[in-house]
Parts: sequence; C-alpha cells; structure tokens
Amino acid sequence: MYLGKVIGTVVCTAKNPVLEGKKILVVQPLDPQGRPSGKPVIALDSVGAGAGETIYWCRGREASFAWYPAEVPTEATIVAIVDRVNVPGGSKLEPGGRK
Amino acid sequence: MLLARVVGTVVATRKDPRLEGKKLLVVKTVSPDGKDDGNYLVAVDTVDAGFRETVLIVQGSSARMAVECKDRPVDTAIIGVVDAVHLDDEKAVAASARK
Repeated sequence: MYLGKVIGTVVCTAKNPVLEGKKILVVQPLDPQGRPSGKPVIALDSVGAGAGETIYWCRGREASFAWYPAEVPTEATIVAIVDRVNVPGGSKLEPGGRK
Repeated sequence: MLLARVVGTVVATRKDPRLEGKKLLVVKTVSPDGKDDGNYLVAVDTVDAGFRETVLIVQGSSARMAVECKDRPVDTAIIGVVDAVHLDDEKAVAASARK
C-alpha cells in the first residue's frame, strides 16, 4: 500500500455499470516524508476521501477487494484517510483537506 | 487505473473465441493534465468509446472484472469515457473529442 494525496477528480458519464456511484479521484503518490514520488494515478474511492486529503491506497487486483464480494474493475483504490504518519526524523505529512 | 486517448482501432480475424465481438482500440496514455505520456496500449472497449475520446482504462487482472470481460483473455479494458478532469490547482482539463 502507498501513501498519496488527492489532487483532483475525474468525471465519467458513460462507464462500466459496476462503477456507477463510485468516486474517481486523481492521486499523487507521496513518500513518508510527504514528497511527491512518481506520476499521478487514477483511483477509486472506498472511504469518502476529499480534495487535498492525505490517504493511502492499494494497487493491483487487491484494490477491488474493498468492495468484496462485488467484483469492481479497479487496480487502484483509496482504502484509508491518513491522520498522522510516524517515522524516524519526523514527517511533513499532514491530514490536509479543504478547510 | 490510467487516463488514455483513443488513437486507433485493431482488426483481428483470427483470435481467441472469447474475444469475438469485442472492440479492440489502440490507446495512448495521457497524464491527468492532458499531456501525452507516450505509451501505446491495446484495450478492449466496454463502453463504446470513440476516436480521440479520453477514456479511463484499467490494467492487469482487475480488467477481467469489467462487465463483458469476465473469464476472457483481457489485461487492459476501457471502463469509462472521461467528460472532465478537475485538478485542485483549479485547472479544469476539458477531456473531449475536440482535441
């Protein structure tokens, strides 16, 4: 699983019926210190994450297990909203979110 | 999951019987701000996407979970037609066939 920050949303009208009612967000992966690492990814939201929030997400087939036993075609899913990260030397990660 | 733009079609006469009737499209991945990433993929279309439209694609074994792709030899599927991408820095990226 990876840390990330919600940086945007994707709007789709025509989509696979299984995706109906699910939020699609743009996520910037972060390292534990809060620095961007890698390219932004598109992820489904299973926890109600909002703009600017720090989250963690999982990728691969396991990403669809957030809705188990439903089979949802996703390879990246936001599975938690991060309150705090504790690492040696400290982390600049903050919960974020739109104030 | 990734954003991509439809840039072509694939015609195959001899193919796995479980791919019969499936539309195969050539897509080029794009970043959330609309720039080309330069990677080409062949994807099975499940949403009737059209030429030059921006689409949402899912890769890996999760692609088989898309409706119409169950138990078929598919590892990239188009699961949505993107209307718009909104990034938090207030740049709304219009994702349409106009490009």
